[in-house]
Amino acid sequence: MNVAEIFESMSYGPAPESRAAADRWLDDHQRQFGLFINNQFMAAGGGATMATHDPATGALLAQVADAQADDVDAAVKAAREACKSWRATPDHERARYLYAIARHIQKHDRLLAVLESLDNGKPIRESRDIDTQLVARHFYYHAGWAQLRSQRLPGYEPVGVVGQVIPWNFPLLMLAWKIAPAIAMGNTVVLKPAPYTPLTALLFAEIVAEAGLPPGVINIVTGGDETGALLTTHADVDKVAFTGSTAVGRIIRRATAGTGKKLSLELGGKSPFIVFDDADLDAAVEGVVDAIWFNQGQVCCAGSRLLVQESAANRFHTKLKRRMAQLRVGDPLDKGVDIGAIVDWIQHEHIDRWVKTGVAEGAELFQPDIDLPGDGCFYPPTLFTNVEPASSIAQEEIFGPVLVSMSFRTPAEAVALANNTRYGLAASVWSENVNLVLDVASKIRAGTVWVNSTNLFDAASGFGGYRESGYGREGGQEGLYEYLRPAWKKRHTPQAANELSLAEFVAAWGSHTPARPAALPLQTNGVKSAAANHTAPKLDRTPKMYIGGAQKRPDGHYTQTIYGKGGVVVGQVGDGNRKDIRDAVEAAHKAHLAKPGWSARHGHNRAQILYFVAENLEARADEFARRLALMTGQPVKSAAAEAAAAVQRLFTYAAWADKMGGAVQETTLRGVTLAVHEPVGVIGIACPDKFPLLGFVSLLAPAIARGNTVVIIPSQPHPLSATDFYQVLATSDVPAGVVNIVTGNRDHLTKTLAAHEDVDAMWYFGGAEGATAVEYLSTSNMKRTWVDYGYERDWLSQEQGEGEAFLRQAIQVKNIWVPTGE
Amino acid sequence: MVSKHDRNPGIPLDLGWVHEARVNLSATQRRTATLVARRSLKKQWQAAWLLRAVTSIDLTTLAGDDTPGRIHRLCAKARQPIRPDILAALDMGETPITVGAVCVYPSRVRDAAAALIGAAIPVASVATGFPAGPTPLPQRLGEIEAAVADGASEIDIVINRNLALNEEWEALYDEVKQMRAVCGPAHLKTILATGELGTLRRVRKASLVCMMAGADFIKTSTGKEKVNATLEVSLIMARAVRDYWERAGYRIGFKPAGGISSAKQALQWQILIKEELGDDWLNPQLFRFGASSLLGDIERQLSHYATGNYAARHHIPMS
Repeated sequence: MNVAEIFESMSYGPAPESRAAADRWLDDHQRQFGLFINNQFMAAGGGATMATHDPATGALLAQVADAQADDVDAAVKAAREACKSWRATPDHERARYLYAIARHIQKHDRLLAVLESLDNGKPIRESRDIDTQLVARHFYYHAGWAQLRSQRLPGYEPVGVVGQVIPWNFPLLMLAWKIAPAIAMGNTVVLKPAPYTPLTALLFAEIVAEAGLPPGVINIVTGGDETGALLTTHADVDKVAFTGSTAVGRIIRRATAGTGKKLSLELGGKSPFIVFDDADLDAAVEGVVDAIWFNQGQVCCAGSRLLVQESAANRFHTKLKRRMAQLRVGDPLDKGVDIGAIVDWIQHEHIDRWVKTGVAEGAELFQPDIDLPGDGCFYPPTLFTNVEPASSIAQEEIFGPVLVSMSFRTPAEAVALANNTRYGLAASVWSENVNLVLDVASKIRAGTVWVNSTNLFDAASGFGGYRESGYGREGGQEGLYEYLRPAWKKRHTPQAANELSLAEFVAAWGSHTPARPAALPLQTNGVKSAAANHTAPKLDRTPKMYIGGAQKRPDGHYTQTIYGKGGVVVGQVGDGNRKDIRDAVEAAHKAHLAKPGWSARHGHNRAQILYFVAENLEARADEFARRLALMTGQPVKSAAAEAAAAVQRLFTYAAWADKMGGAVQETTLRGVTLAVHEPVGVIGIACPDKFPLLGFVSLLAPAIARGNTVVIIPSQPHPLSATDFYQVLATSDVPAGVVNIVTGNRDHLTKTLAAHEDVDAMWYFGGAEGATAVEYLSTSNMKRTWVDYGYERDWLSQEQGEGEAFLRQAIQVKNIWVPTGE
Repeated sequence: MVSKHDRNPGIPLDLGWVHEARVNLSATQRRTATLVARRSLKKQWQAAWLLRAVTSIDLTTLAGDDTPGRIHRLCAKARQPIRPDILAALDMGETPITVGAVCVYPSRVRDAAAALIGAAIPVASVATGFPAGPTPLPQRLGEIEAAVADGASEIDIVINRNLALNEEWEALYDEVKQMRAVCGPAHLKTILATGELGTLRRVRKASLVCMMAGADFIKTSTGKEKVNATLEVSLIMARAVRDYWERAGYRIGFKPAGGISSAKQALQWQILIKEELGDDWLNPQLFRFGASSLLGDIERQLSHYATGNYAARHHIPMS
């Protein structure tokens, strides 16, 4: 076109970013890349390679190594070797290294951006203005945490060698989110990029070497799913961090069950984008663009479920459709392109299949009449209206530029629809009414809520999910704990592999035949029976389950006999089964739904109740001590110490009930980013055998102090302190259903609880085998787990028996981004 | 390139519509920041767009020391805003390129009209106690009448800020409606003086009230406020224009003024207009720049495109 023609048409023309430097870099390497181990590139042992392409053209970009078992082993060995000195490197020195990496990223950021767009297909505007900027920011931020680690995180040590597996949608940014906190805290890393998009990780490797990082601290192994599995299951990897699909996250959770590896997962989403009729609708339309047409919609936190107030829905859809017609789809390296290429034809087919499903289900399809490049892997921006919650396109993650729209009538209905999902990664809420948006933000179950904004990220704000969107946070102080462990606690390493497969082992685990009366002859331990004494027998007293604030007979009508020292019968408790667990979980949920729900009560109110529990426990301390002594055979004096410690622990968590609400995160947002510490929800707890009272209280108290409700399984051999305790609860204003106690076979009960899809977390303090089963079973709904692998904690010590480590298990962090200004 | 449209007759004041206005500042800022980063114009596209920008300039002088000679010089530049050799190099030698209008004080309208005889360039006059405006209404209306009588076919009025600040929309509506009436055939541009309105929400409301009262254009600023045209207020005004087009059915023009002095800025505003209002608005009937030094920078950029070399300031004829 010439000037005169354009003068008439006022059209846009091509504005390509040059790819010359990126091509030269690829050519420098003969378009062949090895594995980056010990700051050097080396060929994979078997010589296997795989190709990576430019999705916009289909052109081959390079061949990269496809790492095999020996290669992964070499990388882990390098990381292990480097870990010795890296973990001992003083904070300030580590900080300097991270600072140098940040600087070097900035120096090469255009090359990184171009290469990212070439390999992934994302628009250069995004890789240039968003991805690389956030990458540098992440290293700067964590350089700061490296500097401050010993001062701000005393009593913690690095985990060791970390295996990290990242997705293809933000190759470089996910790398930064993984590597920066890991090395800042003194860990060494083996990272596996996604097979579609390995190139920026390899350029990053060169940049790291240029910045002078010691060999072995960061190792990059390219490869496919097999390589990922080799890395995550490698015995000498202490921690696994994964970002990707919920399906793969589930596989990783199962594969690592029982290994003692720390695990953080950032998984899928189907995030709601809520527009109220008093929103700035034009602004909200732009929000939708940033929510679902950012990175071709290939964003785990994409606002893919539009919820519009019915009174504004038509107006909003009209505006949105008009705006969609302005979107430009095309060459990712063109500076004037909004939507680039889908990463691969496999994804393209996946998206197209969902769109066809949507049409078949009767939803109304809208795609604007805009130009798409003739070839290359492109997909038009797509809107579905007439979608209902029951439509599969409203439930399933499509991971493409496809938006589904539903309407609601009231704020309560908006919240209900928003939460009607198995995911909980993010949400966006639009209204000019501050009361409304903040209220809705507080009620949405998601790790990040953006008010009148969307897809904002910053290193200071931890990113991560609720529910099946995973666990762990990346960014913020909360993200650091993923790469630390308490100094007193060593990693559990499993015994030699079981004969059975993990699945077979878990299937067999926790089976239990209902209990029978005590076997004769009864042990008397020298005490004469009432009959022998010709006195009236002791009044029989059989504790029941404590469910929903009432004593309930065990559903199965079986009873378990409890023996004390020398096998003397000291009492009997109900032998619970899966229906008792079911009832208890229902009751625990009801306690949240009550008015006011337990989690909605003020911290002050929960503190008052916990103090009251302590008061009533203390009043009966002698009785509890005698019971402990009788059950465990310990001297009354030490039993009294345990009871006293339990009272003290209740005080500890009463104190914490109103002192851990969250923080204001110092992000780059003008406004406030609130890190709100919310309860996890319903927590299942299996208590340790030992310390029947103190163990029980030490786990129960932090959970309920922070607004959770619990289903708790007391010490299996010594449950009577817990059943005595429900009388304390009942007299201390603890609302019905907040604490539910189910006695019986711990592992049998745990099996139901750990697999229950409406339980949000499972804490298990039994043995290593049970820990394995719990971690495995948790994948039913990807609940958080906290297990001790049979490690016997000193419950009397403050370091091991209480504190923030317990509280962090009792909360999840929701970051609410609130931009300000009128 | 010119799309025909009916002149806005104004509509009854609809306060419900005015009060519906919602503007989120942060989202507005994000949109303007990313809007200009989402589009890029290179080579002949840049040249063509800049030429189009030239045709939308209200070439302006609003100084106390304006004289007939100064006005003559300005009008000469208005007739031939780009050096003929540059136009020839762009293969645009045959296309007549002039600015959108010449904008002067009422007392200089006669000079401008005389200097522009034979040229299809309208004379625009500021009026109504420009730039502050707190002159009694009869005098303000009289000023419009005088300017129109002297040959102005476009009148740039300033709205009464105190009415906007106190949200006395009926009173503002009545004033603007009277101004429109005395304009007669001359087109009315209403200057909101957005830098003095405090909030973007008020900018949107004032935009709607002026359009309802019969404005042909809404304009950001006099150029004399502390803050003049910004992309943020322009976005909000453009959206108000779109709103009025969708609901009342009339296309209203938009004129950012003050502080737009570089070719790069001109392209940013054009991109904003194209994205928010569409191609129909990208012509002098519906879009103007109020600017005095913008033309010089555009001419230098076009020279650069024509020759491949960066141009010297003194090679560009003055206005």
